[in-house]
Amino acid sequence: MHRSYLFIPGNHPAMLQNADIFGADAVIFDLEDAVSITEKDSARQLMKAYFETIKKPNFSIYVRINALTSSLGAIDLNMVMNEIVEGIVLPKATVNDIKMLSKLLDTFENARRIKKKTVIIPIIETAKAVFEIGQIAQLPRVSALLLGAEDLTGDMEIERTKQGIEIEYPRAKIAFACKAFEIEAIDTPFTDVTDDEGLEKDALHAKSLGMNAKCAIHPNQLESINRTFTPSQTAIDEALRIVKADEDAQKHHRGVFSLNGKMVDKPVVDRAKKLLIKAKHFGMLGEEYEK
Amino acid sequence: MKNNLGREIFDQMKAFASSDAFEQEKRRLINTKTTEGSVVFLKNIEETFKYVGLKNGMTISFHHHLRNGDKVINFVCDAIKKEGFKDITIAASSLFPNNGPLVELIKDQTITGIVTNYINGPIANAVGMGDLKKPLIMDTHGGRARAIESGDLKIDVAFIATPAVDKEGNGSGKFGPSACGTLGYAIQDLMYAKKVVLISDYMTDNIIEPELSKHYVDAILMVDKIGDSEGIVSGTTKITRDPVGRKIARDTVKVLEALNLIKDGFSMQTGAGGISLAVVEYVKNIMISKNIKARFASGGITGQYVDMLENNLVDTLYDVQCFDLKAARSYRENRRHIAISASKYGNPFEDNPVVNDLDFVILGATEVDLDFNVNVTTDSLGQIMGGSGGHADTAHGAKVTIIVTNLLKARLPIIKEKVTCVTTPGEDIDIVVTERGIAINPLRTDLIETLSKTKLPILTMKELMNIAHDIAGIPSNYEMSKEPIGYVRYRDGSIIDTLYKIK
Repeated sequence: MHRSYLFIPGNHPAMLQNADIFGADAVIFDLEDAVSITEKDSARQLMKAYFETIKKPNFSIYVRINALTSSLGAIDLNMVMNEIVEGIVLPKATVNDIKMLSKLLDTFENARRIKKKTVIIPIIETAKAVFEIGQIAQLPRVSALLLGAEDLTGDMEIERTKQGIEIEYPRAKIAFACKAFEIEAIDTPFTDVTDDEGLEKDALHAKSLGMNAKCAIHPNQLESINRTFTPSQTAIDEALRIVKADEDAQKHHRGVFSLNGKMVDKPVVDRAKKLLIKAKHFGMLGEEYEK
Repeated sequence: MKNNLGREIFDQMKAFASSDAFEQEKRRLINTKTTEGSVVFLKNIEETFKYVGLKNGMTISFHHHLRNGDKVINFVCDAIKKEGFKDITIAASSLFPNNGPLVELIKDQTITGIVTNYINGPIANAVGMGDLKKPLIMDTHGGRARAIESGDLKIDVAFIATPAVDKEGNGSGKFGPSACGTLGYAIQDLMYAKKVVLISDYMTDNIIEPELSKHYVDAILMVDKIGDSEGIVSGTTKITRDPVGRKIARDTVKVLEALNLIKDGFSMQTGAGGISLAVVEYVKNIMISKNIKARFASGGITGQYVDMLENNLVDTLYDVQCFDLKAARSYRENRRHIAISASKYGNPFEDNPVVNDLDFVILGATEVDLDFNVNVTTDSLGQIMGGSGGHADTAHGAKVTIIVTNLLKARLPIIKEKVTCVTTPGEDIDIVVTERGIAINPLRTDLIETLSKTKLPILTMKELMNIAHDIAGIPSNYEMSKEPIGYVRYRDGSIIDTLYKIK
């Protein structure tokens, strides 16, 4: 369960050094767009050395490789495949690309005796991928879908705006598909790193559509993103009241009950329980509720 | 000989014992003089030298309120050189890179001594190379006031850059093209110098409530321009966008909240560094959300504090120095923006200096050591690049003193076994906040007890140092030169450390 995915360029030693202090739930080390073609080799070397030396990271590690349709993607994989890497973020993903990547991961995992299954986060950034979202979300290894709005609007030849009306449909479609197949829905980055208010608004809107995490392209965006995707204390208090009242109602064999003048039934109780699971995951519950 | 911190100091000098040793001493005051308002207006600097009787070997003083925009120090010193004076000591509250032309005067021994609270740029480099004939003396802001009033620092002539003067001989920092706001660092010079000259570029009929009273002024010299008021903006008045700095600021505010220091009627001071400014921003947001009002903020005042004053988040600003033009404007217009002298600010012998009333202060550091001693005077090679300013004064006075610093700057660990130079003694540093953990001075068991109940990453200083070493490696030892070129004088007049020539 993640709220925030921070992109860090794979060729930026200072940011690598501090990756654990920014507060990101997950970090995506980027070998694709953030690294120029002349820097790819050194970035891969740096990533390899970093993964071999980092001790007990307090965030999940992902790597965005170059597209498999180029010759670079496979070289990236060869350099970064490591037990510590949680997953691979695949740009310009299609059903076929993901299947191909999955086979490559099988090969690397076997050859390097990597015990865990490396997951895949496809970036939905082409019209074709939007069309295939339902299929992509069901593929093995796929643990989340990430909306890439910049490339997607480029593919669609439409204007990318701060309001984001043009990405309403893919956002909603990703959110529904991810919910249906119980994987994470990761929202596209907000690219104006100086507009804190705009970021908060954008993240809240994505959350309202069903996204449960968002990418950051600057560490300063993490505070707002984490706050947005963490249950508020008010919501946690309300959920605790509902669950407590439900426990009391169960004792009296009542399926529906009233709390503060509002009717509470099973869907409301289920929602409250889900919220508390999330709150617990992010350490938001007091010690008395942790159990 | 060594002082109580184990630092080598010049023989026969008063050794630093502890930060509260001054409590056993009595305040020493030399007489102030009065001119009874008989101020003379002079035509030029040469005539001014004659009038005040400037001679070889004298000590002349300046303030630094115009900071890097000041033109008076260079103007006076240039004239001193042209007139052929020698062996002059400069007692300036600070010296900045724009005072670089003084290097030539140091080399030809027109200037042979410097007493200051902060120094960086070409002069600091020249002094570090051993070009200054007499030992450099580095004071604190409060300590300089003490040194002047006690006669430890005898000023023969104070040349006070004054943004506005009136026909009576009064002076103010509020008005004129070079208005810089308060003139807190010049007050002791005004009161205790044997001769006082106001140098100004703006004359007005009558200044009501002047900061500089004509009763202490001997002469006024009008010049074309005393400075560029835009230059008073400190280089570090922008809130940091650096994510590491912001993380440190956020954790600092968590510490403040955990210690219940942000509550109605609290008082605070912060430096003008980017992290400190971010702390203020976060504190401000908490104050707004919880409807909290502070009693006062003090120190060098920035526009950020002015916003808080104007939005009624703080009752009063006690301002010894305006850090930007917004602060200068506020001082001119707002009765709750009050000027204080360097003595009222931080002189340990004042009855109740403002620093003693601070609930907390946020300060920076170039180095911190395992004993919590802080260096803001030199870099790790011993090159002078700063000075205490109000660091040691506020650290002693405030109830809680917090150092905010990156654990690593570039690849250099900031926490060391021993700092290169002690500016502020560790006994006055309570908490050090870095991006990778928070250390609490073992002397503050009360703070340890409270903060250990929180989820904050509390570590020992040694643990923090080891983390830095794990990341960057252990820096190799740098052997300092053995040739002293000056010393750091603690606020009570004792010597806390020695400055050495750069190899």
